[in-house]
Amino acid sequence: MVWQTIKRWYHMLGSPRYFYTFSSALLPWLTPIALLVFTVGIVWGLAFAPSDYQQGNSYRIIFIHVPASSGALMGYMAMGVAGLVAVVWRMKMAEVMMKAIAPFGAALAAISLATGALWGKPTWGTYWQWDARMTSMLILLFMYVGVIALQNVIRDPRQAARAAGLLAMVGVINVIIVKYSVEWVQTLHQGSTLKLVGESTINPAMKYPLLISMLGTWLLYAVNVLVRARTEVVWRERRSKWVRKLVKGGGQ
Amino acid sequence: MSQPSTHSDAETAPRLVLEQLSCERDDRLLFSGLSLTASAGEIWQITGANGAGKTTLLRILVGLHGFYEGVCQWWQPQWQQELLYLGHQPGVREELNPLENLRYACALSEQGGDPMAALAAVGLQGFEDVPAAHLSAGQKRRIALARLWLEHKAVWVLDEPYTAIDQDGVAALDQRIQQAAQAGALVIYTSHHQVGDGVRRLHLAHGQAEVTSGGLA
Amino acid sequence: MSVFRAALSRELLVLWRSPAEIINPLFFFVMVISLFPLAISPKPELLALVAPGVLWVAALLAVMLSLDGLFRRDQESGVLELLLTAPVMAVVPVSAKLLAHWLLTGLPLVLISPVLAHMLQLPDAVLGTVMLSLLLGTPALTIIGAIGAALTVGLNRGGILLAVLVLPLYIPVLIFGAGAVSAAVDGGAVNGILAILGALLALTVSLGPLAVAAGLKISSGN
Repeated sequence: MVWQTIKRWYHMLGSPRYFYTFSSALLPWLTPIALLVFTVGIVWGLAFAPSDYQQGNSYRIIFIHVPASSGALMGYMAMGVAGLVAVVWRMKMAEVMMKAIAPFGAALAAISLATGALWGKPTWGTYWQWDARMTSMLILLFMYVGVIALQNVIRDPRQAARAAGLLAMVGVINVIIVKYSVEWVQTLHQGSTLKLVGESTINPAMKYPLLISMLGTWLLYAVNVLVRARTEVVWRERRSKWVRKLVKGGGQ
Repeated sequence: MSQPSTHSDAETAPRLVLEQLSCERDDRLLFSGLSLTASAGEIWQITGANGAGKTTLLRILVGLHGFYEGVCQWWQPQWQQELLYLGHQPGVREELNPLENLRYACALSEQGGDPMAALAAVGLQGFEDVPAAHLSAGQKRRIALARLWLEHKAVWVLDEPYTAIDQDGVAALDQRIQQAAQAGALVIYTSHHQVGDGVRRLHLAHGQAEVTSGGLA
Repeated sequence: MSVFRAALSRELLVLWRSPAEIINPLFFFVMVISLFPLAISPKPELLALVAPGVLWVAALLAVMLSLDGLFRRDQESGVLELLLTAPVMAVVPVSAKLLAHWLLTGLPLVLISPVLAHMLQLPDAVLGTVMLSLLLGTPALTIIGAIGAALTVGLNRGGILLAVLVLPLYIPVLIFGAGAVSAAVDGGAVNGILAILGALLALTVSLGPLAVAAGLKISSGN
């Protein structure tokens, strides 16, 4: 029974048409909620959270930096999962997702690096430090660029998605190893790394706005992925009856 | 899955079933709604203009191209054991001589037989140890064709086997294909050349696939 | 297994008959190394400081560039289709190809590395570590790079695209490879780092060829 239900969900998930209907129902709710949560988190963090006794107000950039970093990392992981499903089970929706996830994730990685640099100037005295997290994020951005580049040079969209999916799968393993190897480099060279805000010692008055802005960023990411995926689904299924009907209905 | 060996008459056992096969490439419909059943002992000729999708269809059949709609079903799960596929390119490396090329192809396809005899059969005796770089296009093609004279496989899928082959070669190839079909092989090939009588023809044009059963006396 | 052996001897033969494919990466390695004393400074103490990184980056680039054409000629000549339609699992001939390619392009880099390390003023005591780190690292680089080569085989724009795909994947091997040599120069413990490098090699050897075979299938249109 459970197996049957799972199987039915899987087929529903894999159906472009069902996805379109489902996302049509979901987006009108999800979009305002995402915007609201994100705004609350950011405004609370930037304007109302207490200032840090060491770093003053410059620390406030974490309300952008940390959500962007977590979103970029989660996005790549999600891309790896979508890649696995696309390559192994040949699910069409996973191919669509592959393509939809990449751009926002790459943008978040870039935002994470830019805000990290801005934060680094008052904290480290330099915009760039080969700190473990910053270095890992830079490599993550490189890997996003690789996936997007590969997707763009292969003409057949299905083949492009599967090739990028395989690359993302290898990339996910690489992300994990990179994280440890970059941390290991720090210990080897005993660099002048400054520990950033330790997660455990963070003040609750800073923690809640941070968590809320993180949630807001993830929700915005989800909205972006859904919107991109819908465009891609309609394009891919443009010959099908349901899309033709949809286009006709919208035109009238 | 029907076992061909259990059939009383192996020659009419279905080997390949296509149902509503359609394929689209670079935003263009190559063919759609293609359905057919091809059985042991039959010869299928696939025709169509350049770019009509002949090569893509063969690539779908042998499992190289996976982006299509519909069903493409072989008669047994381990059909690749019984497949002899000759691609659009001959699969010959110029660094190697005909014998080395053929031996590698045999190793990959687990095909037994005497490579020297096969090369002789396609008129390459005396060229066995000449690097393929020094051979003509037709001779390179013959290296690939030599595989047809090795151990039998149950399914032959040949992409333009007659390209760059001279008249004597064409006659020998005709004979070999008919021989294979009589021995129970299913032969599917693309070319404008018709092997002989009784060939079934599949014509691809303007996104449509039309089956004309042969059987002319 | 006999398929593997036949494929291995065939791959070795093909490479052996196109000597440029073997010699070019080796010369590239030597030439890049010789640029650094000219560009930075011939001062021995300075060279010895950057030598571990320079050696490893140069070896990495040499391996990567050698992979650009790994599958191209097989693809153009139709051999790749033969390989992918064969009843044997594609990973078998693919593994043979990777092994042959490493033996004739990666191993020479390892063998010449002590000479280059010496030219970069590294102490003789670390030459063993240089060789061992490259011996463990270059096969991993070959296999990881081959995944990129497989995914870009039909695209006719190899070079830069391959680098964009593959370089981020090379970073862990580079870190631990150059790290091992650096640690040896500083007189630190090396075995642990080489063990990690060995673990990375084991991971790439076990999963890499499968990914390469999958990449080739995807590139063929599957």
